[in-house]
Amino acid sequence: MRLVARTNPVTRLAAAIVVTTPLLLTLDWSASTVILAFELALLFAAGMKLGFLLRSTWPLLIAAPLAGVGMLLYGAPSGREYASFWLAHITSGSIGLAVAVSLRALAIGIPSIVLFRGVDATELADGLAQRVRLPADFVLGTLAAQRLVGLLISDWRQMSLARRARGLGDAWALKRFAGMSFALLVLAIRRGTKLATAMEARGFGGGGARTWARPSVFGARDAWLVAIAAVVAATGLGLDLAFGTVHWVWA
Amino acid sequence: MEARGWGWRHTGRLRWALDGLDLVIEPGERVLLLGPSGAGKSTLLAALAGVVGADEEGEQRGMLAVDGRHPASARGRAGLVLQDPDAQAVLARVGDDVAFGCENLGLPREEIWPRVTEALEAVGLDVPLDHPTGRLSGGQRQRLAIAGVLAMRPGLLLLDEPTANLDPDGVAEVRDAVGRALDRTGATLVVVEHRVSTWLGLVDRVVVLDREGAVLADGAPAAVFAAQHAALEAAGVWLPDSEPQTPGARAGGGERMLSADGLAIGRERRGAPVRTGLELEIPAGASTVITGRNGVGKSTLALTLGGLLAPLGGRVEASAALARGLVPEPHRWRSTQLLTRIGTVFQEPEHTLVGRTVRDEIAVGLRALKDRGGAADARIDELLARLRLEHLARANPFTLSGGEKRRLSVAAVLATRPPVLVLDEPTFGQDRATWVELVGLLRGLVDDGSALVSVSHDADFVRALGDRVLRLGESGLERMPAEAVAA
Repeated sequence: MRLVARTNPVTRLAAAIVVTTPLLLTLDWSASTVILAFELALLFAAGMKLGFLLRSTWPLLIAAPLAGVGMLLYGAPSGREYASFWLAHITSGSIGLAVAVSLRALAIGIPSIVLFRGVDATELADGLAQRVRLPADFVLGTLAAQRLVGLLISDWRQMSLARRARGLGDAWALKRFAGMSFALLVLAIRRGTKLATAMEARGFGGGGARTWARPSVFGARDAWLVAIAAVVAATGLGLDLAFGTVHWVWA
Repeated sequence: MEARGWGWRHTGRLRWALDGLDLVIEPGERVLLLGPSGAGKSTLLAALAGVVGADEEGEQRGMLAVDGRHPASARGRAGLVLQDPDAQAVLARVGDDVAFGCENLGLPREEIWPRVTEALEAVGLDVPLDHPTGRLSGGQRQRLAIAGVLAMRPGLLLLDEPTANLDPDGVAEVRDAVGRALDRTGATLVVVEHRVSTWLGLVDRVVVLDREGAVLADGAPAAVFAAQHAALEAAGVWLPDSEPQTPGARAGGGERMLSADGLAIGRERRGAPVRTGLELEIPAGASTVITGRNGVGKSTLALTLGGLLAPLGGRVEASAALARGLVPEPHRWRSTQLLTRIGTVFQEPEHTLVGRTVRDEIAVGLRALKDRGGAADARIDELLARLRLEHLARANPFTLSGGEKRRLSVAAVLATRPPVLVLDEPTFGQDRATWVELVGLLRGLVDDGSALVSVSHDADFVRALGDRVLRLGESGLERMPAEAVAA
């Protein structure tokens, strides 16, 4: 974990992309299994506790098998059929797909969640603008906008109390939700406009060259992180090719 | 700065917000800019800061210059601070936020951080550089916004009602910070504010605009106030030594309407309570004002008394006369049952707006009660007239001015005639005219037998409506004489 802790957020993004690329290119379960096993081994070796893993990834642990169930019932049927009713066919092919999809969701999700936990939005923006050279206006605009989310959450709470006070609290929940969503949108636009003015008043978007108060640096740790990610990805894909079990997305 | 026959018109409006303005402000001057709302004061500040002017936003005529240059090309020479403390922090940490303007000016990194430290010192904001901006108080956030502007070393500091949303402590913090910063930098100041006394010791010139945006008076503060007393008061300006004349608070009160016993309050149902063990009684025919520092839980208490938040402990109990057959706990009533029993006026009117037109907005409660007859229409007409909103009946509530929105939110609550009214900071950011009207209206309601509970920082409000004054502090609620709060 300490290896990840002091790396540049951009590196973490890159590492996540490198690890998951083979999984986006293949559909079989062997690459997913190898990569997932490798990831877990590395994470535990790096000192991650099981409790931490369960706490931070539990929504994924529920969602991944559910995705598998969908594939099990409605995935392209092939091979021997075990059961069928209406549109659903459980076949040896769809079982394979179901396992692959569940494993893939885990193999993509776990490293992404672990790598991005605790990433500081400001640091990520610094990295994306200074290192990846994304346009500064775009990066900073997005960064400022995500700060509005907190304000909008408290707006939403205040609005639900206000609706109760105005006699609208007994309405059907869905109808109330729709009305409040629209009102929140109006408030969000107003807040956004104000923030944009405040940013412009401080010289933002003036067209001149912009500097950065915080350096965004890459160090040895960053190189190691990407190298490890590349090894994991290459091993998974390599073994898949060696076993001859590879099933490309486009095949 | 210099304006010659300058005018500005927002896209889609017939009237010029400002027109034919001739005004010269020399470097180092400290100017207080006054005028009725709608006189274009904010527009002028925004234009000086170079943040209006894109063709799609409106058109301008005449000449406006800062340091002899067009304001848009002189961005950074003029620093603008706006009214709303929420809207101005751009980044998540204090130091980064102050550095933001310097980065935009393209300053080298070695120069930015010393400037950040210096600016934070100038406004007296003594928190670590990585302190989260979201955890600052209102006054601290305004000082942060000023520091962010100061770090850019502007020759001209523009403040647009910077203290309108702050409690008295916050107001003093911000004023002192500006004074200190000006003494250090020698920058020019233009400040717009309704409460004149806040800035009196700091400014050396007062400029008054009329409703058309032309200069009505210009000169030393004392001379301008003496010459333009009536016009300024009519324009909603709070002049020094002219507190509005109101009948004042008085003792009394009828039977108990609401009471709290061992009450624990908090926003989150499963969270830790903000305050516990609160005892209080709200009588009919009297106005109760709750005061206390920012963040002590006054708004939470108001929302709990209003039956909107459930108590975290203890209970709020309505009298049989108020409950009229329902269970005594207001938070267990249905939303429509609440309407005719307890009305709550929120601090931010915008959170409560649901109608398409002003008329619609007032009708919301009556419609929820299925009350659509001629009597309901008559009630709406009466409220529109009483709160001077008739001419706006068909306007979109969001397009109203701050004072108009406040009057509308009061009218909307009064429509269903609740005998108990809970008001959260009803006079925040109001100009003098709206203030006088609102206080008169509330006093009238009390005289007719309503029970009023308000949460307020405003010393004048306490003087006018503090029949009973309660101070909420760390140790709970404490009854105190109105004079002590006002002093």
